[in-house]
Amino acid sequence: MLAVEGLTVEFPGRRGVLRAVEDVGLSVAPGEIHGLVGESGAGKSTIAAAITGLLPEPGRVAAGAIRLGETDLLALPPAARHAARGKRISMIFQDPQTSLNPLMTIEAQLVETILAHEPDLGDRAARARAAALLAETGIRDAERRMAAYPHQFSGGMRQRVAIALALCTRPELVVADEPTTALDVAVQSQVLALIRRLVDERGLGMVLITHDIGVIAQVTDRVTVLRHGRVVEAGPTGAVLGRPQAAYTRSLMASVPRLERRLDRFPLVAIDGAPAIVRPDAADAAERWLRAHRDATAAPPAAEALAVEGLRVAFDGPRRGLFRKGEPIRAVTDVSLALPRGSVLGLVGESGSGKSTLAKAIMGLVQPTGGTMRHDGAMLPPGRSRPRSHPARRAIQMVFQDPYSSLNARRRIGAILAEPLALYRIEPDAEARDRLARAMLALVGLPEDAAERYPHQFSGGQRQRIAIARALLARPDVLVCDEPTSALDVSIQAQVLNLLKDLQERFALSILFISHDLAVVRQMADRIAVMKDGRLVEAGESEAFFAGPRAEYSRTLLALTPSLALLEGAAAAAPSPAETAAVREM
Amino acid sequence: MIPFVARRLVQSLFVMLAVAALAFALFRFVGDPVSQMTGVETAPEDMERLRVELGLTDPVPVQFARFVGDLVTLDFGYSYRTRQPVGAMIAERIPATLELGFVALLISLVVGVPGGVYAALKPRSPATQALLIGTLIGVSVPTFVIGILLIFLFGVQLGWLPTFGRGSTVEIGPWRTSLLTVDGWRALILPAITLGLYQLTLTLRLVRAEMMEVMRTDHIRFALARGLPLTSIHYRHALGNTLVPVVTIVALQFGGVIAFSIVTESVFQWPGLGLLFLESIRFVDIPVMAVYLVLIGFVFVAINLLVDLLYAAIDPRIRVTGAA
Amino acid sequence: MRALIRDSDALHLLARSPLVIASALVAIVILAGAALAPWIAPTDPYDLASFSLVDALRPPAFQDGADPRFLLGTDDQGRDMVSAILHGARLSLVIGLSAMAFAAVLGVGLGLAAGWIGGRFDAVVMRIADVQLALPAILTALLIDGIARGVLPRDAQEETRVAVLIVAIGLSLWVNFARTARASTFRARNEDYVQAAIAMGVHPARILAVEILPNVVGPLLVIATVDLASAILLEATLSFLGVGLPADAPSLGTLIRIGMQFLLSGEWWILWVPTAFLVVLVVAINVLGDFLRDVFNPRLR
Repeated sequence: MLAVEGLTVEFPGRRGVLRAVEDVGLSVAPGEIHGLVGESGAGKSTIAAAITGLLPEPGRVAAGAIRLGETDLLALPPAARHAARGKRISMIFQDPQTSLNPLMTIEAQLVETILAHEPDLGDRAARARAAALLAETGIRDAERRMAAYPHQFSGGMRQRVAIALALCTRPELVVADEPTTALDVAVQSQVLALIRRLVDERGLGMVLITHDIGVIAQVTDRVTVLRHGRVVEAGPTGAVLGRPQAAYTRSLMASVPRLERRLDRFPLVAIDGAPAIVRPDAADAAERWLRAHRDATAAPPAAEALAVEGLRVAFDGPRRGLFRKGEPIRAVTDVSLALPRGSVLGLVGESGSGKSTLAKAIMGLVQPTGGTMRHDGAMLPPGRSRPRSHPARRAIQMVFQDPYSSLNARRRIGAILAEPLALYRIEPDAEARDRLARAMLALVGLPEDAAERYPHQFSGGQRQRIAIARALLARPDVLVCDEPTSALDVSIQAQVLNLLKDLQERFALSILFISHDLAVVRQMADRIAVMKDGRLVEAGESEAFFAGPRAEYSRTLLALTPSLALLEGAAAAAPSPAETAAVREM
Repeated sequence: MIPFVARRLVQSLFVMLAVAALAFALFRFVGDPVSQMTGVETAPEDMERLRVELGLTDPVPVQFARFVGDLVTLDFGYSYRTRQPVGAMIAERIPATLELGFVALLISLVVGVPGGVYAALKPRSPATQALLIGTLIGVSVPTFVIGILLIFLFGVQLGWLPTFGRGSTVEIGPWRTSLLTVDGWRALILPAITLGLYQLTLTLRLVRAEMMEVMRTDHIRFALARGLPLTSIHYRHALGNTLVPVVTIVALQFGGVIAFSIVTESVFQWPGLGLLFLESIRFVDIPVMAVYLVLIGFVFVAINLLVDLLYAAIDPRIRVTGAA
Repeated sequence: MRALIRDSDALHLLARSPLVIASALVAIVILAGAALAPWIAPTDPYDLASFSLVDALRPPAFQDGADPRFLLGTDDQGRDMVSAILHGARLSLVIGLSAMAFAAVLGVGLGLAAGWIGGRFDAVVMRIADVQLALPAILTALLIDGIARGVLPRDAQEETRVAVLIVAIGLSLWVNFARTARASTFRARNEDYVQAAIAMGVHPARILAVEILPNVVGPLLVIATVDLASAILLEATLSFLGVGLPADAPSLGTLIRIGMQFLLSGEWWILWVPTAFLVVLVVAINVLGDFLRDVFNPRLR
């Protein structure tokens, strides 16, 4: 039904023509979900924009054909192309928070869209169709609730509304660009199931774009793997993911953290004959420096590097009236946790579960309302009462989620790295500081001359290495890592996780590892703690937890996390209908 | 919604009190009211008696309370310069300034909003380039120069329009209007354009910037992907979402219009509040200055409250709370 | 390196717009002319002995009846227009730049502090800013000017004229700086690199100076440029209204006010030459401000 052939998209710029997509072909049949998967810069979204005819300026289709049924979309005049949007091709966007018009009711947006394409239908019939469609996408009491505005719905519900909006004109093809990336795992699972059902029942064709191999495995029929704007490999999902042929696909699959088993290291497959990482001598210097410090310190008194007892954090809620303060929002309620020396504690939870607030409380960045914190058995003064000179400020270091925000764009890497050395008076000599900073860069796998450059000259993964280097230069014994890899591509994530594992083992670091992704946590953690709505749900040994979680919530979370287990069997045979159905139910 | 408005109301009261305190300080501490009211030959005893009579020997907070009380009961005292009640002087001048300001604002909106939308939707058209260069010159040419230019062109060279005064006016109760006579309108055109031009350029630039911002948002891209008619996308979805910032700035501009009316009124000898204020500054006529200050503060606060109510009308996220 | 690349982007934008290049040239020439006025102006317009009524109302050099000594003619006192304009521009620029600097120091200081400290201090500063906004710039300047007239002894008023104007204009412009600095500080405060610095125990003064200020400079530079234009316009307006600089030490605005008397007569140059000069100067500054805005707004690239 949709046939894309030899598609090449170019963005002319003043530094030459950028070819975002080159010679890409794909086809979608009715009732089929075709996944486009690849890391950032692969050209997925550009392909989607080319299909819908919404390429951002100054992009242009330089070659190729896009046919929908008998229609050559690229040959259509702009007016006809616009008329075909909605009517024949529709689209679902990533972020349901921003993809609906905040000033119009759901009903008004649906009715307007329906009447735009079927003006003869009449107001009443359009309303009826809108209500029926909302009900079909799983919104209960749709008749009444469609009079509400988008901000009155939760994220998952809004994405259902967006899906109804995309389908209300009965298009043949829907392009979904990362439709579940902004959603929590439980909601993601429901929305994916909804998409699968609607495609099956309506015989829709769908192009589903995602960076998440788990989503591809769960819901698509066919998949095209893209890299740098070119097709690497394509075919039925089970075959491509189960028996990848191309080196890139193999490396991609090897980098995906598996929920069902713990790997010691991610095997990194060489692509395009990339050279093996050479370890420069400077790295040894940095390693000796870190060890020297370690040996010098006396054996610490406590077995627990970090212990939190009955911690509470509450923020002021929105005001209720002129003189009434709002109900306090309890971000963290009565959480007790322990991080044994030299081990990794994985802290898991969905967005809003309070896991990042807990980390900030430990770092002294937010003021707890109750409870105690200990570092090496010594009390940690909370929030503002922790003096700037407190030893824990050096001994506990943090690695943040967003590598684009955690390094000041206006400072040289060298200056950023020298900061802890000067601040904690570890190294009084400026030249020695610079040498150490360069050595540390080598240790985290970056060239030493990176010290002379600025953050924007590095990729996300490289920046995260720099952030880790900065933390290490304080010679910490505890690292608090708040979603350190969730902003990174999966192959980069594998490298950064490998680095963290290496460092942890070599220097016996204690790490509090926070993540929303159970599969990632499984690779890292010795112990697991699960949080929900600010409370601790469950805590225990990692292997025992994955073998049989005790709390109901943990079980649900585990069941809903997309898994590649299915594909292990698929390597031998195509998935049986029953298996696929089982996945679709979740 | 109601707590929101109530909170803004209380904040407005505080702003008003601060402005009143400023006016009071001006009134009380800049120059000596008694020596202003009396001549050089007044005996010191008489001055002292007047001081007591006027309550100037009371504690300052008491005086301030009385000052605020007087303001609230619209008792504004007497001008040092004309010895007339300030209230009457101001009431006589208000219609001229309000009519001028209103027409100027109207010009700025009627031209500025469509101009801004056009410039945002057709960024590459030559007309847009011309508009943008026009606005750049518009913000750079001082209001009084625009006034002089217009007088020179249409008054002196072409002789089409009068260059000073309000023309013939009609009295409706206490309100003297120039909007009901052809002559009045002819007199109004040049000052209103002079006053409106600067606001127009601001409005146009703002609407353009906001439109361009909104056109990049996801929900507009989604509306495009659903194939909605372009007119609906541009005017219903996009323009609607620019209204909140535009309303804010336009409201703030009303304050600007009143302030710049000082300049315009001076150039065109327009008998409004601005001219009165300018005269009172030249003669250090403190009571008039103080009341003018309070009046401007009041207009600003009232407009801001109105804007808050408008927000609620425009944006359901403020009006409607709770889950569906 | 980053600076270099941004500069190259800026250079690219620059190369694309001849208007900006022309404006920069105009601004530089006027600035140089104003700065060097005492040395390059043919006569000293403040020195009553240097001109005489004999030379009054001479037209510019290219018109009939011109005196070659006066390139742009003379006014009704016989003052050379070129000298008057150069010295007037000097005064206007001194007042404009000082007022802008005053507003910048006050506004950036308060804005940084409000954004960093937050809470009650922030609320108070922002309420003051609100009240300030309630009084438009011209009004504030007029009021302060009026107060100065009432408070200062009459003989001190002449000497303090320039200082009063600087304070009056500066006070009416600080809010822009404060709001921008506060918003940027607020945003930067929540960036992870600032959070990291706080967690590490870096001194707040160092965080403000090293981590935050460099990230605020761009938008502030734009405000400074636009506000310089506003300050010059405000000074000209005040002088035009007769509450600014007196006729014996004329700024551009005063020159235009004097020229207004010749609106209906044939001596057009006395009005239009300083007017054109003022407009060209302010247009040039505003074009540069717009250009800076484009440079610092990556989204518009």
